[in-house]
Amino acid sequence: MSNSLTFRAALLSLIFLVITLGIWEAMNQAPQKTEAMSEYELLMGGADQEARVPPPSAVLKLAYSELSNPFYDAGPNDKGIGIQLAYSLYRVLAGFFLAALIAIPLGFLIGMSPLMYKALNPFIQVLRPISPLAWMPLALFVIKDSEASSIFVIFICSIWPMLINTAFGVSNVRDDWINVARTHELTPFKTAVLVILPAAAPTILTGMRISIGIAWLVIVAAEMLVGGTGIGYYVWNEWNNLDLSSVIFSILMIGMVGMLLDLALSSISRWVEYQE
Amino acid sequence: MSSKKYFVEVDSLAKRYPSKEGELTVFENANFGIEKGEFVCIIGHSGCGKSTILNVLAGLDSATDGGVIMNGKEVSGPSLERGVIFQNYSLLPWRSALKNITFGVQARFPQWSKDKVIEHSLKFLELVGLQGVEHRKPSQLSGGMRQRVSIARAFATQPQLLLMDEPFGALDALTRGVIQEELLKIWNETHQTVFMITHDVDEAILLADRILLMTNGPYARIAESVKVSIPRPRERNTIIHHPAYYKIRNHLVDFLVSRSKELSGNNTDNEGMQSSEFKPVEVDPAEGIAAEPVQINSEGVAVPA
Repeated sequence: MSNSLTFRAALLSLIFLVITLGIWEAMNQAPQKTEAMSEYELLMGGADQEARVPPPSAVLKLAYSELSNPFYDAGPNDKGIGIQLAYSLYRVLAGFFLAALIAIPLGFLIGMSPLMYKALNPFIQVLRPISPLAWMPLALFVIKDSEASSIFVIFICSIWPMLINTAFGVSNVRDDWINVARTHELTPFKTAVLVILPAAAPTILTGMRISIGIAWLVIVAAEMLVGGTGIGYYVWNEWNNLDLSSVIFSILMIGMVGMLLDLALSSISRWVEYQE
Repeated sequence: MSSKKYFVEVDSLAKRYPSKEGELTVFENANFGIEKGEFVCIIGHSGCGKSTILNVLAGLDSATDGGVIMNGKEVSGPSLERGVIFQNYSLLPWRSALKNITFGVQARFPQWSKDKVIEHSLKFLELVGLQGVEHRKPSQLSGGMRQRVSIARAFATQPQLLLMDEPFGALDALTRGVIQEELLKIWNETHQTVFMITHDVDEAILLADRILLMTNGPYARIAESVKVSIPRPRERNTIIHHPAYYKIRNHLVDFLVSRSKELSGNNTDNEGMQSSEFKPVEVDPAEGIAAEPVQINSEGVAVPA
C-alpha cells in the first residue's frame, strides 16, 4: 500500500517536472527569423535584442560538463563548481561547529539556571533579530580577514536557534526524570550527561537543523559580499559574466547541497529520538 | 515519640504554604513510625498531603515543621537508601528496560563490574516476569510492564526503605491485580520495608501490615493506624474469604466516607487532635478473629479450623 503510494507520488513528481521543464523550454526558444539579418545584426553575431533565460536543455548541457570535471582550477576567476561548493561548505561547517561549541553549553547553563536565563535573555532578544550580514563590516574591521569574517557571520547566525532550543529542551526535561536522578544520588555532572542530555537531545538536534539551514542561506549572501571564492561568489561572478546558465546551475546546486545538509542532520536526530 | 524506637520515625511533620489569607496548612502533627520489614500503606482523600509526606520521606520535598529520622539519621535529601516508585513509572524512555535497571544498579553499586551489573539487573527483571523484553524501550511496553520495570529497578537497588506513590493508580483493574500479586511475591522474598500511598482499600488490605488513615485537608492529620491482622502469605483470591477481611474493609470505608471529614483538623470539636503530641489511634478492627486459624472450605467460605 505505502509502496504503491510512494510509486504514485514519484510518478506525479516526474510529471510535474516534465511539464515545468517543458513550458520553460518552450517559452525560451529564440524566435524564428522571418527575414534575412541585416548587416548590423550579422556584425553583432546575430544576437537577439531581447535577452532570454536559458532553456533547461542549455542548463543541463552545462551541468553535465561542469559536473564531469568539478574540481578544476584555472585561476582565481575560473574554478570548478566542486571547489566553490567545498569553500562554502568549509565556512558553513566551521562557523556552525564553533557556534555549537558555545551554544550548547551556554544553552545548558541558561536552561538549568533561571537566574542566568533572566540575566542573559535581554541580550539574546536584542542580538537574535539582527541580520547576520549587518555584522559583516564590524567583523571585517575587527578581524581584518575576509575568510574569518564570513565564518564569523555563519557563527553568529547559527548560534541563536541552537542556543534557544538547547535552553528550551534542558529547562523542559520532565521533573520525574530529574527526580530519578536525584533519588539515585547522581552528581550534577552525571545528571547532565545521563539524564538531561539524552532527554533534551531531540530538541537540541532540531535547533542544530534550523541553524545549519540558516547558515547555508546566509553563506551565499556573505560570499557575494566578500567575494573571492565560494558558491555565493560564483553565482555573482557568473552574473557579472552574464552566464545565466551557470547562474541557474549554481542555484540548483545550492538547493541540492542544502537538502543534503538537512538530510544529514535529520538522520543524526533519528539516533537520539525517543518515544515517551 | 514513644519510648519504642522505630526504623523510620516521622516526628510532628507539617506542611504549610503561604497564601492570601495568611498560611495554608495542608497537614500537621503527622507522627508515626515504620518498623524494619514492615509494609505500611497510607490512605486519604486527594489533597490531604499524602504525596507530600512521601516526598519528604524520599528527601525530594522539605516539610515546614518536624522531621524524619531513618536508622538514627535525619533525612535531609534524596538518597539511594530510599527508593521511590512513582505512579507514572518514571522510566527513562531512551533506555531499554534492562538499561533502566542497570541505571539504578550502577548508581547503587558503582564498584561493580559491567557483567555483574547486568547479571544482577536481569535477575530482578526475571523476578517481575519480564524475561525476553529486556531490550525493548518503555514505549514498546504496556503500562503494566512499565510499572514492573520500575518495581524491578527499585528492588534491584536494594534500598532500606521503598516508597511507592500510588504505583498502580494508572493501571486497569486486571493488570493491577496481577502486579499486586507479583509485588507480594517479591516482598515475601525480600521483606523490604515499604511505605505506600494508595486509594484502593482492597489493595491496602492485601499488601499492608498496617494502614495509616488521613483526615481531609486542610489541616489534615494521620488519625488512625489500622492493623491488618490477616496472616501471610496472602493471596488475592482467598483473602476476601477471610473472616477479618470485611471487618477491616468496613472500618476503612467507614473512615473514608464519614470520619475522615468529621475528624478533619479544621473541625473545632477535635481539640485533642490539635496537639503536636497527637498520635494516631491504634485500631485492630478484627481483634480476636484473625488470631484464630481458619480454613477455606470448598465453597470458598472461611470456617474455623
